Amino acid sequence: MRKFNKEIVFGLYDDETDLLKAVKTANADHLDIYNVYTPFPVHGLDPLLGLEESRLHIAGFIYGLIGFLTAFLGMTWVFTKDWPIIFGGKPYWSVPAFIPITFELTVLFASVGMTITFYVINGLGFGVTNPILHDRITDDKFCIAFDTHEVSEGTAQSFFEATGASLVDIKNI
Amino acid sequence: MSATVSPIREPLIQGKKSYHDITVDLTRSTEQAPSKTWWIAFLISVSLLMFMIFCIIWTIWFGIGTWDLNRTIGWGWDITNFVWWVGIGHAGTLISAILLLFRQKWRTGVNRAAEAMTIFAVMCAGLFPVIHMGRIWLAIFIFPYPNTRGTLWPNFNSPLLWDVFAISTYFTVSVLFWYAGLVPDFATVRDRATGLRKKVYNFLCFGWTGAAKHWQRWEALSLVLAGIATPLVLSVHTIVSFDFATSIIPGWHTTIFPPYFVAGAIFSGFAMVLTLMLIARKVLNLEEYITLGHIESMNKVILATGTIVGVAYLTELFIAWYSGYVYEQFAFFNRALGPYYWSYFGMMFCNVISPQFFWFKKIRRSVWFTFLLSIVINIGMWFERFVIIATTLARDYLPSSWSYYVPTWVEVGIFIGTLGLFFTCFLLFTRVAPVVAIAEIKSILKVAGDQYVGVNTEHHKQVVEDFKKADSEGKAYAADHHNQESH
Repeated sequence: MRKFNKEIVFGLYDDETDLLKAVKTANADHLDIYNVYTPFPVHGLDPLLGLEESRLHIAGFIYGLIGFLTAFLGMTWVFTKDWPIIFGGKPYWSVPAFIPITFELTVLFASVGMTITFYVINGLGFGVTNPILHDRITDDKFCIAFDTHEVSEGTAQSFFEATGASLVDIKNI
Repeated sequence: MSATVSPIREPLIQGKKSYHDITVDLTRSTEQAPSKTWWIAFLISVSLLMFMIFCIIWTIWFGIGTWDLNRTIGWGWDITNFVWWVGIGHAGTLISAILLLFRQKWRTGVNRAAEAMTIFAVMCAGLFPVIHMGRIWLAIFIFPYPNTRGTLWPNFNSPLLWDVFAISTYFTVSVLFWYAGLVPDFATVRDRATGLRKKVYNFLCFGWTGAAKHWQRWEALSLVLAGIATPLVLSVHTIVSFDFATSIIPGWHTTIFPPYFVAGAIFSGFAMVLTLMLIARKVLNLEEYITLGHIESMNKVILATGTIVGVAYLTELFIAWYSGYVYEQFAFFNRALGPYYWSYFGMMFCNVISPQFFWFKKIRRSVWFTFLLSIVINIGMWFERFVIIATTLARDYLPSSWSYYVPTWVEVGIFIGTLGLFFTCFLLFTRVAPVVAIAEIKSILKVAGDQYVGVNTEHHKQVVEDFKKADSEGKAYAADHHNQESH
C-alpha cells in the first residue's frame, strides 16, 4: 500500500488567468508552492513557478546521434570489413546509399529515446497510479497545491480566499 | 488574450463552449453505448476484414500465383495498394507535425483522428510487401540480425530495404507521437469514470496528473517529435518513390519522383481525412469543433497539392518528349493510349481536373461537394499508382514480353479487406479514445472560441466603420483642398 506522507492543501480556480494571478500573489507573499496542476499547458506559468526550460531536446539530440552512428558505422563495418560485396560496380563504401537508413535510424533512436525518457523522468508508465487531488483538474479546474509542512493550513486557506479559489480542500498523498 | 488575435480570424470552436463543455462533448463518444449506425458500420468492416484474412490465407496456401501476376507484370494491385495506403497516412503527420511547426491552430480539431488514420493506413500498407514476399515465414530475413548464414546481411544499398526502415520508423514514430497526445486525454476520461473503467483508463493514461512540469516536458516532447517527424514524413514517400526512381524502367527512372510522390501522398491523405472526418463530425456531433473553416483549410491544402501533382504530370510528359529518348517517349505514349488508357484518363480527371473546383470558396465550404470530391481524389490517386506500376510494366523493352494483367478475386479481396481493417480500427478508435484532442482544444479556446473571437469581430466592424468614415472625411477634405487650389 502507498504511504500517506504528505498532507496537501489545495485550491481550485475556474480560469487560467485567476491561476496566474494567484501564483504571482503566492510568489509575492513568499509562499512555497508544492505543485500546480492544470487541464492543459498554461503558457506563462513556467517562469512564475521558476521552472527551467526542459532539457528533453538535449537528450533527444544525444539519442539521435547514437542512432546516426549506429546506422552509419554499422553499414560501414558490414560493407567494408564483415562482408564486402560489390553492387553494380559501386565502391564498397558508398556513402550516398547509406543516407536513407542513417536518417531513419537517427529519427527512430531520437524519438523512441526521448519518449521513454519523457515517461521515466515524469514517473509515468504502464500500471502507475499517481495520487489525484481532484477529478476536475483534468477537466476544467486549475489547481495550486501547498504542502502543509511548508505552508500552514491557515495561511493557505486565507491565501485561497484572497485569490478567489472556488474550492479548497485537504488531501493526504 | 483575445486582443492578440486577428479580428478577422474565423472562430475554430463554435457554440460558446466552456472548458467543461469541451470535456463533456469530446468524451461523450467513449462514454455512451455505440449507436445502431456504429454497429452496422462495424459489422460490415469486420466482415471485410475476415474476408481479407481468408484471402491472405488463400494466397499463402496456394502461392502468389493466385494473383495472376506474370513475368512481365510482377507488381500489380499489391504494390499499388501499398503505395496508396502509405500516401494516405501522410496527411496525419502533416497535420500533426508540419502544421504544429507552422503554428496552425486549426490542426487541433482534426489532428487526433488524422494521426490515428496514419497509423491504421501504415498498417494496411505494410501488409502488402510482406504478403508479396510469398514465403511470409521468411519475412524476418529483411532485418539485419546476426544469423547462421554467415552472418549474411541484407543489401543496405537497396531502396527496398530503405523502405523497410522508412516504413517501420514512420509507424513507430507515429504511434509514439499519437500516444503522447492521448495520455492527458485518457486522464480526462479516467477522472470522469468509475469502477473498472477508471482502472482501465488509469492504465492507459500512465498515471497522468497534469502537473506543470509534466506539461512543460510534454510540450517540449511534442515540439521535438514534430520537428523530426516533419523530415521523416517527407523522407518516407521519397524512399517509396526510390523503389521506382532507382530502377531502369522508362517512366520510373525520373528525378521528379520524390517531390511528386510526396505531394501526391499529402493530396490523397487529406482526401481520406476529409472522407472520414465529414462522416465522423456528423455521426459524433462534432460540427462545433470541426467547422466549415477546418474543411475549407483542408480543401486549400488539397488544391495546392493537387495542382503540384498536376504540374508534375505535365512536366513528366514534357520531359519525356524533350529527352529525345524513345523508350521514355513510348512509356508515356503507352500510358495515355495503351491498353490501360482508361486508368490514365481516370487519373487525369480525378487528380488534375477535380481539385480545381476548390478555387471556388462556395465549393470549398460545401460539405457535400467536399465529400464527393474527396472520394473522387481517393480513387484518382489509386489510379495514379496503378498507372505508374502496372501500365508501365505491361509494355517493357521487349515486345515479345508485352502482357496484360487483370487482378483475381483474391487480390481484389485483400484490397477491399484492407479497407475493412482500416475502418474496423477507426471505428474502435472512436469508441475508446476522444476523437478530437481535448487538452489541445482547451488550449486554443481563448484565442479561437467564438465568444472570444466574436468580441473582436464587433471590434473589427467598428474599426472598419471608423476607417471608412475617416476615409470619406479625408476624401472630402482632399476634394475641398483640390478645389481651393484650382481656384
